[in-house]
Amino acid sequence: MSIVVENLSKAYGTQKAVDNISFEVKTGEVVGFLGPNGAGKSTTMKMITCYMAPDSGTVLLNDHSTATESNAVKQKVGYLPENNPLYTDMAIIDYLKFCARIQGVEEGAIGTRIGEMVEKCGLEREKHKKIGELSKGYRQRVGLAQAMIHDPEVLVLDEPTTGLDPNQIIEIRKLIKELGKEKTVILSSHILSEVEATCDRILIINRGRIVADGSSDTLRQQAAGQELLTIRIEAKAEDDIKKELTDLATVETVQNTNGSDDTFRVQSKPDSTSRKAIFDLCVKKKWYLMEMTGIETRLEDVFRELTN
Amino acid sequence: MNKTWIITKKELASFFDSLIAYVIIIIFLGLSGFFTWLVDTNVFLMNQASLRVFFEIAYWTVFFFIPAITMRSLAEENKSGTIELLSTKPVSDAQIVGGKFLASLLLIAISLLCTIPYYITIAFLGNVDHGAVLGGYFGLLLVSAAYTSIGIFASSVTSNQIIAFLLALFIGIFFHWLFGLLAASFSGGMGATFSFLSARTHFDSLSRGVVDSRDLIYFLSIIFTGLLFSKTMLSKRNWQH
Repeated sequence: MSIVVENLSKAYGTQKAVDNISFEVKTGEVVGFLGPNGAGKSTTMKMITCYMAPDSGTVLLNDHSTATESNAVKQKVGYLPENNPLYTDMAIIDYLKFCARIQGVEEGAIGTRIGEMVEKCGLEREKHKKIGELSKGYRQRVGLAQAMIHDPEVLVLDEPTTGLDPNQIIEIRKLIKELGKEKTVILSSHILSEVEATCDRILIINRGRIVADGSSDTLRQQAAGQELLTIRIEAKAEDDIKKELTDLATVETVQNTNGSDDTFRVQSKPDSTSRKAIFDLCVKKKWYLMEMTGIETRLEDVFRELTN
Repeated sequence: MNKTWIITKKELASFFDSLIAYVIIIIFLGLSGFFTWLVDTNVFLMNQASLRVFFEIAYWTVFFFIPAITMRSLAEENKSGTIELLSTKPVSDAQIVGGKFLASLLLIAISLLCTIPYYITIAFLGNVDHGAVLGGYFGLLLVSAAYTSIGIFASSVTSNQIIAFLLALFIGIFFHWLFGLLAASFSGGMGATFSFLSARTHFDSLSRGVVDSRDLIYFLSIIFTGLLFSKTMLSKRNWQH
């Protein structure tokens, strides 16, 4: 199921939470919303899931508009809101039954659906407990189970792994990856590694606008731009390595790193590489090239650059 | 299954699971039983086979009990954020409000049903005006529905249950008592207007066993207005700033 978001805006009072956002998500894509706190991730999700009407703009799920055909949309979307609100005084089984009924799952199929969800989300041992008695990780699983109970085509998960321990995080990520094979998934996070690990595509949102859109590789490449190398050279004391390196045609800047005399960080001019030139220089000068490593731009750097 | 009914069933189940329902029923029976059978204005002293005393007490108990039942309905959803999850399920805001309203009203109706033994006892003691008793129960049910609707509205405006409770009492007391007081101190058109606004007037006429369309219209319009306002409060999140 595809999602088309066009010129979506929403303001709280005078503060613009979402500012003219447009994007498309194709069927079977796992898209991650990435952004600092208060960037507009949750608000966008609230509008996609029909919780809130946008001030302007449209959201279409397979050509069903959230404004005019909200029931059709709601039936096809599973939603895990931020902070995972649940009825704490209900038993898990009763709660899932309630969710299944209200989602319009056929009465005869409810039992099997609940069974599947309990198994998939690892709730077998706890299923008769009240939700209020569960630990945060288990509550999160209940939240996921209710989001998937009606086998929705689209899953919208707002920070699905907050409050989980590392093992649980890995399990949930695995689950999301698995779901992403057949469903369209939108998830949000401010943890970069998480988005990188689970999503096919990343939308970086800042102050209500999309500032970057692409796979983690393309984003990194876009931001990397210039080649960055760490090199270590052993030379005779009288040689000025730094000056010789700077004189190379493709090199833009050379910096000493970590206060050591023989290790440098070399930045090449845009769209060029200095690896060969550095090697040739070493051969010519009879220096020993001890180390040459490319520095990859991390998603953290991309994120910081775009959202600061 | 109808979506409103699914919500009603879930709410009703949570009343019984959390013991609220039992507490309400027991206190309701205890209070009304105490005043009907034991206190010195009781049925024996009146020496009449009628449930007037009971209806008089019940009229006041529903007034105090209903806000306690309804205060949780939407305020807690607002507070815990579950309203967000509920609203993204395929149900309309009207169905959510309707479901909550029906659940609270059903709990009151069940409490009223538990007082049927009073009726049977009285019927054994003498000649009861069955019309008046049925009218009284019907009137109590309508009064309860009106206060439930007000209570749901009070609960929809806040995420604090205490505020919801007090607000429901505050709005309720105008219909329950204050309009009646005003009606007594004004004459002519003003007096008649206040008298019409007072729930007391309509409840009294119903509990005489007379079902008048004006009484029905009065209660139905309070119910409708309360529910409409609640739905509007729920839909407020969609408003554009």
